Formats: sequence, C-alpha cells, structure tokens
Amino acid sequence: MIWVAVLGGSISCFALKLLGYVIPERFLAHPNIMRVTALIPVAFLAALMPVQTLIGGDGQLVIDARLAGMLVALIALILRVPFLGVIVLASVTAALTRATGLMP
Amino acid sequence: MTERATIIRDSVAVGAATAAYGISFGAVAIASGLSPFQAQALSGLMFTGASQFALIGVIGTGGGALAAVAAAAFLGVRNSLYGFHMATILHVRGAQRLAAAQVTIDESTGMAMGHEDSPANARTAFWATGISVFVLWNAGTLLGSLGAGLLGDPARWGLDAAIPAAFLALLWPRLSNATARFTAVIAIILAIIATPLLPPGVPILVAGGCAVGLGIAFEHRRNRGPHSTQVNE
Repeated sequence: MIWVAVLGGSISCFALKLLGYVIPERFLAHPNIMRVTALIPVAFLAALMPVQTLIGGDGQLVIDARLAGMLVALIALILRVPFLGVIVLASVTAALTRATGLMP
Repeated sequence: MTERATIIRDSVAVGAATAAYGISFGAVAIASGLSPFQAQALSGLMFTGASQFALIGVIGTGGGALAAVAAAAFLGVRNSLYGFHMATILHVRGAQRLAAAQVTIDESTGMAMGHEDSPANARTAFWATGISVFVLWNAGTLLGSLGAGLLGDPARWGLDAAIPAAFLALLWPRLSNATARFTAVIAIILAIIATPLLPPGVPILVAGGCAVGLGIAFEHRRNRGPHSTQVNE
C-alpha cells in the first residue's frame, strides 16, 4: 500500500511539473488560476497541521505531547529560528514532556 | 569571483540548507512507517518537499493511498506554475526538458527569479540550485532515515511532533497577507471539525479544498473595498 502511494504520488507530482513546460500560455496566465494556485499550499499545509497534532491512533481528537511541541515550534518561528532548529525544538519538547510524565 | 561563480556558490548554499531539512524528512518518514527505500524513492522521484511531507503525513495517520497521493498532488500544483514560468527562460527540449521539470521546485525557481535581469544568469541559478538541492536533499534523506532506524520508537524522541512542526515551518513564510492568513485559519478549523467525521486522509482534502474556495471569496470581498462593508452595516 505504501509503495502504491509513493509511486502514484511521485508520478502525479512529476506530471504536474512537466505540465508547466507543455501547457499553452492562455491556460495558466488567467488571474483566477494564479490566485487559486497561490492559495493551495497555504490551505493544505494548514489542514495537515492540526490533523498531525491532534489525532490519536484511533482517529479521534487527543491532546498529547505533540501539542506542547507545536507551541514551542510556533514560538521558535516567531523568534526566526531556522527550519531544522524548529523541528528539533518541537521534537525535544515533545520528548521531554513525555519523559517527565506531563503529557502522554 | 565572477558573477557566474557567485551564483553557483549561492545555489550550493541553498542546497546545503535543504540538506538539513532532508535529514528531518528522512527521520519523520521512518516515524510514519515508511522503509528507508520508500523514503529515498520519494526524495529521488517525487522531489518536492511539501508534497513528500504531506504524503507521509497522511500515511502516518492511517490514511489510504489515494488520499495520500491526492494530498501530495494538491501541494505539487504550484510546480506547474513554476514550470510554466521557467519554460520561457530555459527553452529546453527532449531529455533536457524532463530533467528541468524534475528540478522545478520552490528553491530553483526562486533563485532563477532573483537573477532575471540576465537570462543566462537565471539559467545558471536554476540549474545550479536544482542540481545541488537534488543531490543534497537526497543525501540528507539517507542520513535521516538511517539515523532514525537506530533510534527505536520515534515517539520516545518526539519525532511525531516533528511532522506538524515541519508543516508549520513550511506554512509560516506563506502567511504574508490577510487572504493567506484567513485561508489558513479556515483550513485548521475545518480539518479539526472534519476529522472525527470522515475517514483518515479525507479531512485534509475537504478542509484544504473548502479553505481555498473561501479564501478566494474573502479576497473578492476585500477587493471590492469599503463600499461593500457599508452595505452590510
């Protein structure tokens, strides 16, 4: 199942990249298409975030150490910490929150 | 140092920065249940960071292959626009066009756009960035996935928090205007509401899709200016 997703996703993403090189100009230059394409990454990254933070193994909402990690990541981004630093701080926070028994 | 050498140096620096980010991708891919081979296949074949994180995110929360592919594809749509723009500068044909398409990502397009005063410089920036990011992103993925294998249970090290933190860090620089912020908040709320109601992976598509629609509507209202808000009052 994972291989199907890996290969299917890879083919889709490559096809999308190639599409830009072969498509006639009048299709993509439309302002509405440009607006939608600019908003898609924002909407999907935002939707992925709470799902990854708040969903437990059983598919239900749960508050655990991941939320503590996300709060620290948010503070790190406000303080302009670079990408890898944000990820490391979030992980360390979640690990410490679990190790000390503050949150599951 | 010649201008060309400076552009290549800057491009390799961008590649080095993404290597660090490739390490985190490799590690969280393993935490989401992928094998090191599968993580490497994504970095080599899919080669577009946000889509790769989306795919492993959906799989990690129990979503199906179709939902994972759809989430990755939605985030890959912007590469079509990049390719469309780069085609006018690169003038590539045949095998060169396939190679150009594969390295058409945020970083290579961004660096090329920074040097558009000279088409030759823009081409140098595109290829140098694309190739260095490709090589170093894949090297980073390998390091991260093999390193994660040595760690044992990913949750013990907080690696499950690394995935949403990566999404937040990818989202952060895109929140530069009111429409983007509005769209992001709507997507977050809809994803939380939809999650207990729909099968895994699907809430992301529903919330993302609806948020884009509402974001466009929001921008339309704003563009009509104070006149329309007066009517509402």
